Amino acid sequence: MKNHSLALKLSAGFGFLFLYAPIVALIIYSFNESKLVTVWGGWSLKWYVELFQNEQIMNAAWVSLKIAFISATLASVLGTLAGFVLSRMGKFRGKTMMAGWVTAPLVMPEVITGLSLLLLFVAMESMFGWPAGRGTTTIVIAHTTFCLAYVAVVVQSRLSSLDETLEEAAMDLGAKPVSLFFLITLPLISPAILSGWLLSFTLSLDDLVIASFVSGPGNSTLPMVIFSKVRLGVTPEINALATLMILVVSIAVIAAIFIMRRQSRFQNP
Amino acid sequence: MLTGAFMSVSSVSPIVTSQSMPTWRQKDAEPFVRIEQINKAFGDFTAVNNVSLDIYKNELFCLLGGSGSGKSTLLRMLAGFESPTSGRIIIDGVDMSHVPPWERPVNMMFQSYALFPHLTVEANVAFGLKREGLPSREVKQRVEDILDMVQLGHLARRKPHMLSGGQRQRVALARSLVKRPKLLLLDEPLGALDKKLREETQFELMRLQDELGITFVVVTHDQEEAMTLATRIGVMNNGVIVQTAEPHEVYEYPSNRFVAEFIGNVNLFNGIVVSDERDSAAIQCDDTNGLIYLDHGISCAPNQVVNVAIRPEKMRIAREASSAENNSAEGVITEVAYMGSQSIFKVRLLSGKEVRITQPNSHRDTGERLTWDDHVYLSWDADSSVVLTS
Repeated sequence: MKNHSLALKLSAGFGFLFLYAPIVALIIYSFNESKLVTVWGGWSLKWYVELFQNEQIMNAAWVSLKIAFISATLASVLGTLAGFVLSRMGKFRGKTMMAGWVTAPLVMPEVITGLSLLLLFVAMESMFGWPAGRGTTTIVIAHTTFCLAYVAVVVQSRLSSLDETLEEAAMDLGAKPVSLFFLITLPLISPAILSGWLLSFTLSLDDLVIASFVSGPGNSTLPMVIFSKVRLGVTPEINALATLMILVVSIAVIAAIFIMRRQSRFQNP
Repeated sequence: MLTGAFMSVSSVSPIVTSQSMPTWRQKDAEPFVRIEQINKAFGDFTAVNNVSLDIYKNELFCLLGGSGSGKSTLLRMLAGFESPTSGRIIIDGVDMSHVPPWERPVNMMFQSYALFPHLTVEANVAFGLKREGLPSREVKQRVEDILDMVQLGHLARRKPHMLSGGQRQRVALARSLVKRPKLLLLDEPLGALDKKLREETQFELMRLQDELGITFVVVTHDQEEAMTLATRIGVMNNGVIVQTAEPHEVYEYPSNRFVAEFIGNVNLFNGIVVSDERDSAAIQCDDTNGLIYLDHGISCAPNQVVNVAIRPEKMRIAREASSAENNSAEGVITEVAYMGSQSIFKVRLLSGKEVRITQPNSHRDTGERLTWDDHVYLSWDADSSVVLTS
């Protein structure tokens, strides 16, 4: 028995090593004093300082955060509506197909999503003159499109696990449909929406492929800048930047998980 | 099961006795809730089948039935969560056909209590009053009063998940009462409570009903609950109300086989009517020694096949044969259960049929107690049996 558990611990340890050793190495090397990425020269924060003085990277970070914030917010609103329709409209013709359409972007290769959106934007521009050129707006639209699917799935699953008698009770006590939604349904699904928002935020922040298709000159997102810099060689500065991104994304993901867990405990005491 | 039904017959709810003549017995009384030929179908399944029912003011009406009997669907139609496929519901003289749930003078207490988990006890109770747009001072006062009434004033600021089952149930009750509805619907109100709490709450409900003068409609699958609570019981089976009567009537004079078997225990004898006069009847039965005599006519066709129902507590059991040959049977004890206040015997009759007899242990047992394999004689009175034709 004891050997058995030792074997289990070893394989778990190996698994985690496989997953996280590269990230740990990256984080350690971001504090490297040396200019050469592969040579250790002692601890230092100098690459973080340089990072914050690099205007190109700081601009890209600002663009990325702005895009992530706006598209996560838009995706949350639209995704909530989609999730609501999917779980509350009862059985209607084409419901399964609609559910498929909403969730398709989850499995669609990003290259295809990116390419098709690019073609759409170009066509729209020549037909209506909007969106004029490609830039922040087009990236926001593209990110909203694929983040919406995530929010819809999270909200739908929350809604279908929601006790429907709560809504009936509210109606019974005199709540008309609009106040029912804002006073009962929305507060109860808000943790799902919030965690959907956080997921969308990180997805948007991470995205390289779709953004590359639909961005224009001067609107490079952070992942695009990193990617183009890395092609010229990895600098310790990039390590520092990557460490910060890991930090932001981890915080967002952990917060999302925490909110969902707290909610489920709260619902089923 | 049996003890409950048995007890409750002797303790008919105080509402009946406090009035000289209950409204539902008066011929020309105006019903408060009128259910007119209601049907409800879900696809091919008929949940409620042509139900008509009048419920009067100040009643505590129980809809009693097993799962899938349509009782909850009927309740949900009263609340407005389901709309009938055909027929209509009139509450206090107003046709409810096109009235949405939020405009009905009806409140419901849900089986799951359906307390809003994100709101405090106070806010849960105040929810309904705020929707009416009452001034906040009045809302506060009424919430305080009702929470004091259900003895939860000290927990007003807690969230539902911090309460025990019994406390939640009282919050749910307070929330449904605070709007002072004309009609209160209760879906299995005591279902989730343990036995002791149940009994307390039963009496609490009866007291409230008496004090507040609200008409209650209670849905339950628990015959004991229905017996203790109700002024009248509507027994439902397969979407149909099979009998509507006062609790003791449902128990003592079941109108058909389903009711007799659903409520309490009953021994059923199959027989043929051999005589049927105005004030007596006799039934030939293969399981009993002589004929089964009744002290009332049954208006049956001669030679009609009927079921005779006799409650276990209405049969006597003894080692010696009784003097009369009719209304008796004999057999061998196959099972004995000593329950303290009473004993239950199972007896296999000479015909092979098993019957059940309960006897109160009214004396301390000094002599020889009846036990397994004893040969015994059963007897009953002419007014103990009920003839069931359907």
